[in-house]
Amino acid sequence: MSPLLELKKLTYQAQRKMILDIPEFQIETGEFLGIMGPNGAGKSTLLKVLAFLDQQTSGEVLYRGQAIPNGNAPLELRRKFSIALQQSLLLDGTVFDNIAIGLTLRKVPKSIIKEKVEQWMELFAVSHLAKKNALYLSGGEAQRVNLARAMIVEPEILFLDEPFSALDFPTKIRLMEDFKGIIEEAQTTTVFVSHDLMEIHFLTTKLAIIVNGEIKQVGPTPRVLEHPNSSTVSFLNEWKKFYPVAR
Amino acid sequence: MDLLIDGLKKAIDMILSGDQEVFAITWLTLKVCLISILISTLIGLPLGIFLGLTRFKGRRLLLMFINIGLGLPPVVAGLWITMLLWRSGPLGGLTLLYSPTAIVMAQILVSLPIVTSLTCTAFQQISEKMLLQIKALGATKVQTLWLLIKQLKIAILAAIMAGFGRVIAEVGAAMMVGGNIQGDTRILTTTIVMEVSKGNFDIALALSFILLSVALLITAALTFLQQRKRIS
Repeated sequence: MSPLLELKKLTYQAQRKMILDIPEFQIETGEFLGIMGPNGAGKSTLLKVLAFLDQQTSGEVLYRGQAIPNGNAPLELRRKFSIALQQSLLLDGTVFDNIAIGLTLRKVPKSIIKEKVEQWMELFAVSHLAKKNALYLSGGEAQRVNLARAMIVEPEILFLDEPFSALDFPTKIRLMEDFKGIIEEAQTTTVFVSHDLMEIHFLTTKLAIIVNGEIKQVGPTPRVLEHPNSSTVSFLNEWKKFYPVAR
Repeated sequence: MDLLIDGLKKAIDMILSGDQEVFAITWLTLKVCLISILISTLIGLPLGIFLGLTRFKGRRLLLMFINIGLGLPPVVAGLWITMLLWRSGPLGGLTLLYSPTAIVMAQILVSLPIVTSLTCTAFQQISEKMLLQIKALGATKVQTLWLLIKQLKIAILAAIMAGFGRVIAEVGAAMMVGGNIQGDTRILTTTIVMEVSKGNFDIALALSFILLSVALLITAALTFLQQRKRIS
């Protein structure tokens, strides 16, 4: 059976600089994949390429074994994915309207939208904010709305680009706990970009370490953390000084 | 102070007595100003959005010309339109000089750069990440545009209000291309200039109050549209 998403001989260059160089990489259905690496390693670019929001310089991205034309992914395919970024980037309008936006754009009937928004607002504990302007929320509230907005369309793959990194520690922990429960319940395939070992350790089941645009190690999260290879050991050991997991 | 109060009383008298000429002048003023700003919006809004969201060779030069247009003196705009519509000019055959259409053309020339430039500035401030997020939400190109217009409603209406402010206050170009012909091209601003030159300050003041009221009503309506449903 073909992987859900697959990269083959993929490169991405910007201003003659190699940003990504990935000979082969797969994402399987149901996994919670973490992509971790230092700043400037190419994590966010990889996420955009995987979500068909940016074009690779060469190589292929395959969805269920089928190569997708570079820079021309059909709208129906893009709508199978959802993304939540570090900045919540909510629109000027109520929390309800913000969470509903993905369904509104897909022209889902209003009665179904209402039902689903109420359900997702409850799951992310933001029902009491329904009528509030989304631009006036706190960081934690805004990120809850952002994640509910991404999840309401029931994506086949959810892409997350450091959505917890701007939050204070207690807010981050509460949201991550809630979010983990929701994702496990929904069994959504998730690709999670982060440079924070604690977030990766808490959330992911599989981990890919990316350094200088190359994937240096992939495997189940505990195994990668316990047995870093020669290319990833120095990066992971720096982190383990501050977050002593799997020493 | 007495002159101001007299002017205000006269303005109320003119309105209450149903002065036909005042109504005709006010109606023509409203008509040419609204048509001008409507056309400027229909051209300036898409042009501003295009310039704000795209990058192409020559874009900066085009923007520079539009921004120069922000400070275009109305008499210069009037002179250009006059030369264009003059009997021997390129559009002389249309015999539009000294007509309300000529005033509309001059007013478009002065308001179009304002609507375009301010719209462009608003759209230029949309971050790449916001565009990416909207695309990732599953929006088509048309849906993206509609979402952005809704997001920038306040800035867009501010651009239209600024353009309207320019056309309703405009006198030099209207005088030059319209000729201030009674019953034909006479609008409030050109009438005020004429009455002042005749020494009829009370009538000029009365007309100025009517002009202010018209400007206030239109701007209030646009402000209402701009600020409605603003929730906190």
